[in-house]
Amino acid sequence: MKRLAVPLTAALAAIGMTVSLWLIFVNAPLQWGKNSNDTLNMSSLFFNQKIFYFHVAHAFMLFASVFVAGTCSIAFLKTRNARWDDIACAAVNVAVLFGAVVLVTGSIWAKPAWGTWWNWEPRLTMSLLLWLILVGYTLVRQFAGASADRVAAGMAIFGMVGVPFIYKMVGSDSHPASGANGVVATLGPGMKGAFWLSVVSFMCWFIALVVFRVQSIRAARELRELREAALDAGVLE
Amino acid sequence: MPLDRVVIEKVGKRYGSERALHGVSLELRGGSMCALLGHNGAGKTTLLGILSTLVRASDGKITYRAGDQAVEGDDVRREIGLLAHASLCYGELTAFENLALVGKLYEVASDRPALTALLDRVGLDVRARDRVARTYSRGMLQRLALARAMLTRPSLVLLDEPFTGLDRGGALQLGEQLGELRATGAIVVVVTHDLEAIAGRTDHVAILQRGRLVFEERRPDDGGGYDYDALKDLYHRHAN
Amino acid sequence: MASIVTQAGRIAWKDLRIELRSREIIYTMAFFGALLVVIYSFAFPAKADLVRAAVPGMLWVTMAFSGTIGIGRAFDRERENDTMRALLLAPIPRLAVFFGKAISITALVLAVSLVCAPLIALFFNAPLFEEAPMLLLVIVLGSAGIAVIGSVFAATLLKVRSRDVLLPVILYPLLVPLFVAGTNATAALLTASPNIDGVLVSDPNFPAAWYWIQFLGFYDLAFLVLSFWIFESLVIE
Repeated sequence: MKRLAVPLTAALAAIGMTVSLWLIFVNAPLQWGKNSNDTLNMSSLFFNQKIFYFHVAHAFMLFASVFVAGTCSIAFLKTRNARWDDIACAAVNVAVLFGAVVLVTGSIWAKPAWGTWWNWEPRLTMSLLLWLILVGYTLVRQFAGASADRVAAGMAIFGMVGVPFIYKMVGSDSHPASGANGVVATLGPGMKGAFWLSVVSFMCWFIALVVFRVQSIRAARELRELREAALDAGVLE
Repeated sequence: MPLDRVVIEKVGKRYGSERALHGVSLELRGGSMCALLGHNGAGKTTLLGILSTLVRASDGKITYRAGDQAVEGDDVRREIGLLAHASLCYGELTAFENLALVGKLYEVASDRPALTALLDRVGLDVRARDRVARTYSRGMLQRLALARAMLTRPSLVLLDEPFTGLDRGGALQLGEQLGELRATGAIVVVVTHDLEAIAGRTDHVAILQRGRLVFEERRPDDGGGYDYDALKDLYHRHAN
Repeated sequence: MASIVTQAGRIAWKDLRIELRSREIIYTMAFFGALLVVIYSFAFPAKADLVRAAVPGMLWVTMAFSGTIGIGRAFDRERENDTMRALLLAPIPRLAVFFGKAISITALVLAVSLVCAPLIALFFNAPLFEEAPMLLLVIVLGSAGIAVIGSVFAATLLKVRSRDVLLPVILYPLLVPLFVAGTNATAALLTASPNIDGVLVSDPNFPAAWYWIQFLGFYDLAFLVLSFWIFESLVIE
């Protein structure tokens, strides 16, 4: 089962992404706006709206990883079992990449929607702040020497507890994806399926990457231990 | 509850993917001084950290015993006295203030007469006692640090390179005082490179090499223990 | 519990006594803060409307910068003679150690803010004192939050070589909600509107100020509880 985790989730992601690409670009309708007299016009987003399917899917994973890292870090500090720390670290590593995608696609959305590449729109700001915490975590892991795992775990936990405050801080918003009137709730019939399939596909992709990363972190550690054992036994120079 | 035995069983410690200690087992007894020897990075400091409860072992376990009873948590820490190359005292406080703070944290008598008697014992210059510790010489600081360690009447005394920075006379004098501590029945563990200062006072030698215990020996207690040549010989044979 | 508070009090009192004797941290932090204020006065044009808008930010940026420096130095002091090791070794609950440090550092950050706020008021002719009690409350809550999170991570980083750069890397992303809340509360207290003659007069927005004060209160409380719970696991290697 463990061996199959990466290929399985990666395969699911590949199939899901292919289908959702077709759904997004061929099946789903373009974004039309409505004039005051209820006739359709070409909204400012139109074709650009397509990036939404990727943006939101990545954002979900960014948020999820903050909680994964936080929870695993609590487990690590309480049990001091490095396996938990590996998961937290892997989730953050992958989420830093996903977060970068969120910020770039967010900018691409912002340009046609609001005429500027970056406008401190609340949900995008929140993504940026969470991403900064995760980048900080990565830096700590890299440069805090022997204490890196503890310090980074602390940062992940404090970051997780800070999420509701960041959420409150950015306030009510104009983001297309939020609220009952937001884009997710009002997605057209051809859009909804594409959207959720895309979310699930990217989730599979995220899980595949995280599991793969955990495995590589563990392999690196085992290799180092083997090397040490070999040094002690005098097999290696 | 004074400790009279510490049992370390297969203790290991890893920092991230580095292993600092592998399966070390050691038994420490009251009235005995254990010299923990080894090169830099051999794991001595880590083992001392684990003994002092400030480092959590990754594997294995360590039990503190007072007679038949196991002791845990705050009660263990109350029994630990630490003497390191750093003084553990605040430079901006006087000798009396430093000791009074320790007395309060440990809830032991720390009124002026009691502290005066203690400072007399370690021989800290009377004129210096109301000066801030920052102005002390290395030797005076060491006396203050010793007074600090003795104030709480520890039964497990951990020494982390206590001789560093002391001149020969100071080191030998400190060694003598440690011998006295040992005579009171305390468990003394010393990490040091200064074999001369502990010669004739230690009766238990443990040598670490790259995180493993490679040598351990106890000399039947006839007072003297290991002399300098014996320690040097053991160190050169096993630490490299 | 009583003993935790007493012991924390002893540790905090010890810190303050040391600081009162050397005055090193308070003098250098205050000087640094004052320098920042002088730099602001060159960096920002001194126009009446701009000043009202920028002053809250200046105050909180000053607190953030001088606070981090003060926290770093306060913990360096515990490192010099290995006294932190001695404190953690004392037979008192570890959270008394944390609480004591947090109290003394709150006092330090607070003292510096109380030096910088009047300077900002002076140089920018900002009406900071019109709502002095409320502003004091905001600053106290802000200082406490900075001190709580700062103490946890400064203590955890004590043995890390690159602690001076890592402390802000960890603190700033986590403290963003606090800075934003502090700035917003201050801004709400400084709100002005034109009177019938078109002259700007103070018109504090109390509901908004209260909202952000409560936000700060909850923020401090959440992280204080979290710190109590996690401090020992973080400082024990």
